[in-house]
Amino acid sequence: MSPDAPPLSHLAALEAEAIHVMREVAAELEKPVLLFSGGKDSIVLLRLAEKAFRPGRFPFPLMHIDTGHNFPEVIDFRDRRVAELGETLVVASVQESIERGRVVEEQGPRASRNRLQTTTLLDAIEEHGFDAAFGGARRDEERARAKERIFSFRDDFGGWDPRRQRPELWSLYNGRIRRGEHVRVFPLSNWTELDVWQYIAQERLEVPSIYFAHERAVFRRDGMLYAASDFVELLPDEEPFTASVRYRTVGDMSCTGAVESTATALQAVVAEIAATRITERGETRADDRVTEAAMEDRKVAGYF
Amino acid sequence: MGELLRLATAGSVDDGKSTLIGRLLYDAKAILADQLEQVQEASRRRNGNGKVDLALLTDGLRAEREQGITIDVAYRYFATARREFVLADTPGHVQYTRNMVTGASTRTIARSAVDARNGVVEQTRRHAFIASLLGIPHVVVAVNKMDLVDYDEETFDRIVREYATLAAGLRVGETTYIPLSALHGDNVVDRSEAMGWYGGVPLLEHLETVEIAADRDLDHVRFPVQWVIRDQATGYRGYAGQLAGGILRPGDEVKVLPAGTTTTVAAVETFDGPLEVARPPMSVTVRLADEVDVSRGDLLCRPGDAPRVARELQADVCWLAETPLRPGGRYALKHTTAGARAIVDEVVSRVDVATYAADPSATELGLNDIGRVRLRTSRPLAHDAYADNRTTGSFILIDEATNDTVGAGMIV
Repeated sequence: MSPDAPPLSHLAALEAEAIHVMREVAAELEKPVLLFSGGKDSIVLLRLAEKAFRPGRFPFPLMHIDTGHNFPEVIDFRDRRVAELGETLVVASVQESIERGRVVEEQGPRASRNRLQTTTLLDAIEEHGFDAAFGGARRDEERARAKERIFSFRDDFGGWDPRRQRPELWSLYNGRIRRGEHVRVFPLSNWTELDVWQYIAQERLEVPSIYFAHERAVFRRDGMLYAASDFVELLPDEEPFTASVRYRTVGDMSCTGAVESTATALQAVVAEIAATRITERGETRADDRVTEAAMEDRKVAGYF
Repeated sequence: MGELLRLATAGSVDDGKSTLIGRLLYDAKAILADQLEQVQEASRRRNGNGKVDLALLTDGLRAEREQGITIDVAYRYFATARREFVLADTPGHVQYTRNMVTGASTRTIARSAVDARNGVVEQTRRHAFIASLLGIPHVVVAVNKMDLVDYDEETFDRIVREYATLAAGLRVGETTYIPLSALHGDNVVDRSEAMGWYGGVPLLEHLETVEIAADRDLDHVRFPVQWVIRDQATGYRGYAGQLAGGILRPGDEVKVLPAGTTTTVAAVETFDGPLEVARPPMSVTVRLADEVDVSRGDLLCRPGDAPRVARELQADVCWLAETPLRPGGRYALKHTTAGARAIVDEVVSRVDVATYAADPSATELGLNDIGRVRLRTSRPLAHDAYADNRTTGSFILIDEATNDTVGAGMIV
């Protein structure tokens, strides 16, 4: 590389920014944690953490909010990846929150543990005394997120107040908080879904197999395809059938829709994302379809 | 793979800014079907007619949609074959200065919309001032609603002259003027047939091709140390950070500020291996040849080319809080990776961002005010003038009682 080489590629610029953000958090907060779901965005976060802190150890543990309704492929992948990295994983379980009476399981065919996760997450943050939590959310995902800061302040109830966000200037982040408060930090704020996939390809990162086309028993509900599983009760007119599908996002089996696809390799997935005319959350997440402000409302309550 | 261009847009109420962004995103095929459907549905519910309100695309919060106003900076992302764009859309009315400073601080290019019927108005003067204050290297003046002045060349020329006159007194970056109609799509993505007299390129093509390589400072090495990487097993010790200026190579002699010790760069590394050359804005790890005392908040530079190191600063401060800045006020200050406490010695003047007149009798800065301030810090800071380096020349002030970010400072 010569000094008069062209400017950094957009991925290199996004990477440099994200690494800077992660190091700022490590330096300025007492007890950060990285939220790792096994999904593509948090897989990228782990690689960025390696870039920011190796050959040292990560200055924080990883944490998974386990709904108990995860895709088994994703849990296998999660455990394998954590072992490879040699870092610590904390698992906070929604099932335990239910058993301890912190939350009440929803009932019926449309029941989901999506909302319950918020309580489990906030309880775990409090129990471990975490004062910063890295998340893989991106501003291009959803319009409430498009308004959120990279360092997103949470009050002592874990809530987000979109009207009282701190101005974020240059790359000077204000992580000052009082006891009991915390910050959510989103190093991928300026990445798009396509950037994430291009980065996964560039870095040759392994992702759970459900991101690639596979045969699966699914059923159609509200225009989306869901996996038939023990966690979902079918409505009378719903009939499972087998289709070639893949997932664009990884959430609960109960609320994450699949897309019909024949993309079995990374380059085919990247091509599919580049050509798509629908956002990932619009296409695959039932949790965002509740109301016009479903994401904003959940974020105000402390969601990811 | 293309470069990343960070773009800020500014406008005033009713100059068609939202329509212009909507048109740009729509014609660049950056609005996806479900987003458009959402906007169509929301427009129907609110306006009761078939008119699609593209402002609803960026108004992401419930209160914004309910009140029909934009509260906060919204970020939008789109890509063309040549570049990837991060667009910060700053609202034109509420908390105007605060939002524009926030949205524009990291930008390479600012786009100011001017209504062709009204020409340069007070809001235009504000944009020009803030773009100049923030040192944004490129400015696009989009003269919108040309359809309402019959695509008249003379009207466009008059607005260009007006803007050039006001910009002459400022340090506005390279300025490009484009006559367009967002409503009809003239000169947004496609060249206008109605304005054959315009010799330039449409807005999107300009954004795709404007030369940004020269904006980087490759001459003055500035490396704020952010984090010390240690590996006990191997005794590894490296200084991690994001290069804010200059070119750094193994073998370079460097000075550690504020201490003033000198040593040599043993290696410049990343997770992917050693580098021959690092350039801004790369995040890298520097290993040094000697065991010198270096920690977070220190700055590495070349020995003959050190920035100023001082506890006294003069800066232009944009005030972001309800409680005014006054002499004697104490704040936490964050500058690069260094933290300090700061005390305000004097408010030198306050500037009227519409007339550019500086008022030396001012004694405080209120919300959205911009003024020249003298500060003293609890520890020496290695800094440059903001005009020379946007990273080592900027700082924020934090209220220690509320922890809010209350001031944005640009060192003079």
